[in-house]
Amino acid sequence: MSASRPNRLFRNKSAKIAAIPMILTAMVVFVGGTIWTVAYSFTNSKLLPRWKLVGLDQYERLWDSRRWLVSIENLFLYGLFMLVLSFVIGFVLAALMDQKIRFENTFRTIMLYPFALSFIVTGLVWQWILNPDFGVQHIVRSLGFENFTFDPLYTADIALYGVMIAGLWQGSGLIMVLMLAGLRGIDQEIWKASRVDGIPAWKTYVFIIIPMMKPVFITTLVLIASSIVKVYDLIVAQTGGGPGLSTEMPAKYVYDYLFGAQNLGQGFAASTMMLLAVLVVVIPWAMLEFGGKKRV
Amino acid sequence: MTHIRTILGATTALCVAGAAQAADLEVTHWWTSGGEAAAVAELAKAFDAKTEHTWVDGAIAGSGSTARPIMISRITGGDPMAATQFNHGRQAEELVEAGLMRDLTDIAEAGKWREVINPPSLLDACTVDGRVYCAPLNIHSWQWLWLSHKAYEDAGIPVPTTWDEFVAAAPALAEAGKIPMAMGKQGWQQSGAFNVMILSLLPPEVYLGVYQDKNAEIAAGPEVARIFAAAAAAREMSKDSNVQDWNQATNLVITGQAGGQIMGDWAQGEFQVAGMTAGEDYTCLPGLGVNKTLQAGGDAFYFPVLDDEELTAAQGELAALLLEPETQVAFNLKKGSLPVRGDVDLEAANDCMKKGLEILASGDALPDVNILISSDTRVQIEELFVEFFADASITPEDAQARYADIIADAD
Repeated sequence: MSASRPNRLFRNKSAKIAAIPMILTAMVVFVGGTIWTVAYSFTNSKLLPRWKLVGLDQYERLWDSRRWLVSIENLFLYGLFMLVLSFVIGFVLAALMDQKIRFENTFRTIMLYPFALSFIVTGLVWQWILNPDFGVQHIVRSLGFENFTFDPLYTADIALYGVMIAGLWQGSGLIMVLMLAGLRGIDQEIWKASRVDGIPAWKTYVFIIIPMMKPVFITTLVLIASSIVKVYDLIVAQTGGGPGLSTEMPAKYVYDYLFGAQNLGQGFAASTMMLLAVLVVVIPWAMLEFGGKKRV
Repeated sequence: MTHIRTILGATTALCVAGAAQAADLEVTHWWTSGGEAAAVAELAKAFDAKTEHTWVDGAIAGSGSTARPIMISRITGGDPMAATQFNHGRQAEELVEAGLMRDLTDIAEAGKWREVINPPSLLDACTVDGRVYCAPLNIHSWQWLWLSHKAYEDAGIPVPTTWDEFVAAAPALAEAGKIPMAMGKQGWQQSGAFNVMILSLLPPEVYLGVYQDKNAEIAAGPEVARIFAAAAAAREMSKDSNVQDWNQATNLVITGQAGGQIMGDWAQGEFQVAGMTAGEDYTCLPGLGVNKTLQAGGDAFYFPVLDDEELTAAQGELAALLLEPETQVAFNLKKGSLPVRGDVDLEAANDCMKKGLEILASGDALPDVNILISSDTRVQIEELFVEFFADASITPEDAQARYADIIADAD
C-alpha cells in the first residue's frame, strides 16, 4: 500500500480543501440556480414560483412576442457593431499609444477614466449630452446652425447606435490597455527584424503582431462578449428601451417580465433562451480552446 | 464634571426608556415628485406626532414600475419593510395569497371601514376571502385633461372645454410654436391616456366589456376603433414632446410650452407646488370634458407579516391613523387626490378636487384598470402603446388587432 503512488485525488490536499467552499458555491448557487430556473420555465408561475407544469407554453408565447424578437435582433446588431468597433478602436488607440509618445501615462489615464464609471452614470451623462433640448444639438443650434439635427436617442432608426456611442466611450479604454499590454509583450527584436526586411509597419501589425497577440485577443473577446450579452443598465439609463421598442434588449425583457409583469414563468423562459444562446457560442469555443491542447 | 455625568446618565436612561416602547417603522413608497413628497411628509408628521413611534422614510425613486420590484423582492426575500405602498388592485394579490401580508380585519372592523369607505370597491380590492389586507389611503383617477391657459393665450384662442375642441385647437398651437399635447414617453403614461379615452369618449359598458369581461370582440369592434383613431391623433399632437417622466410633461403644461396633458389627478400636486390656481392659470377637465365618469384607483398601504411584536403593534397604529379624517384631509390636499372616506369635509379643496368629489358622491366611479387586469396583461398593453406612440408607421388598425389579441389572452 505505502509503496504505491499516492492517489491523484489526495495530492495537494490543503489547496483542495481551501477550494471546497468555492466549489460548493459554484455548484449550489450557479448550477443549482440554473437548473431551478430552467425547470420553473416550464411552469405558469406568476409572482411567486409555483410547480404547475404547462409544457412549452411560455416558450411559445416568448417566440410569438414581437418585443422578444425585436430584442434579439437589437442584441445581434448591437453585439456585432460593438465587437468590431471595440476591437478596432481599442487596437488603433493602443498602437498609437505604443509609438513612444510623450505624456503616455497621462493619455492612458484619460482613456481609461470612463471605465471607472458605472454603466448607469455613463448612460445618464450621455442621455443628457444627446438630448436635443439641452445637449449637443442645442449647443450647435445656439451657435447659429439652426437646422442642425443630432438626436440619435430620439430617432427610432438610429437609437441603438446612440446607445452604442456611450458603450464604446466607456469600454474602449479598457480594451486599449489590454491591447497595449499585449503589444508591450511583443519582443522588440521582431520589430527590428521586420524593419531590416523592409516590411511596412501596417503589414507587420496585421500579419505578425496580431497573430502573436492571440491570447490577448481571446481575453478581450470574452470580456466584450460578456458585456454585450448582459447589456441592461446602459439601456435603462439612456432610453428605457425606447423610442418604441427600438433599443429593447433580452436582459431587459427578462427583468421586466420577472418583476414588472409579475410573470416569473415568462421571465425564466426568456433567461433560459439567453443561457442557451451563450452555451451555443461557449461550448464549441471551449472545446477548441481546451480540448485542443491534449493533441499537442 | 458630575453635572456632565448626570446629564449623560439621564440621556442614556431616556434613550433606553424610549427604545422600549417606540418602534422605528420603515415605510416604502414611490412618492418622490414635489407634490408627492409634500403629501407623504404630512403622513410622517402625523405618525410621529400622534404615536410614540418614528416614521422611517423609505422612498424609492423612479415610478412604480421601478419601485414595485424592489418592494416585492424585499418581501419575498425575507427582509420586509414595516409598511409599503401599492396601487389599489392586484399588484399584491399573490403576496396576500402566500400569507406574506398582515390581516388587518380587526383594525378595519374597529374603524368601521366598511361603512366609511366610498366607493366600497376600494375596500373590496383590499379584501381576500372576507379578510382585509390593506388600508386604502386615497383615490386617484386618470380621467383628467390639464390645460395651460398661458399656451392658449399665446396662441390667441380660447381654452378648449372638450376633447374635440382640444384636438381642433392643435394646429393653432403648433403655429404659435407650442407642443399641442405633452406626453411622457413611457408605456404606462401612453396606455393610461388610451384607457382614459376609452372610458371618457365611449359609454362605460365598453370599458367594462374590455377590461372586466375581457371580451376580445368588443376590443376589436368599431367603437374601440374610434379610440385608436383618437390615439393616432394624440400621437401626432405629442410628437414633439421629448420628455420621459410624467412630471416633466406636466412641467411643459405649467410653463405654457405645451397646450395640455392627459394625466391622472396626481398632476394637481405639481400645479399646486408651482403656485398656480385652478380656473385662472390652468383648467382641468374631468372625463376629457365628455363623460364625467372616473376610474377610482389610487394607493393603499400593505403591512407585511413581521415577527417583532412591537413593530406589529406599531403597524396597527399606522393603519388606523391612515384612515383618520384629519390624516385623510392633510394628505389628500397636498397630494391632489381624493379622500377614501365619503364623510370628511374637504372645504380647502380647490376647483378640480371639488369636481372630482362631486363625481364620487354621485356614484359614477368605476374600478381602475389595475383592479381589473393582471400586471402581466398590463405590461403587454404598455408595450403595445409604447411602440404605437413611437412609430407613426403603425396604423391604428394594426394596433387594434394586436390589442384585441392581448385582451383575448388576458387574465
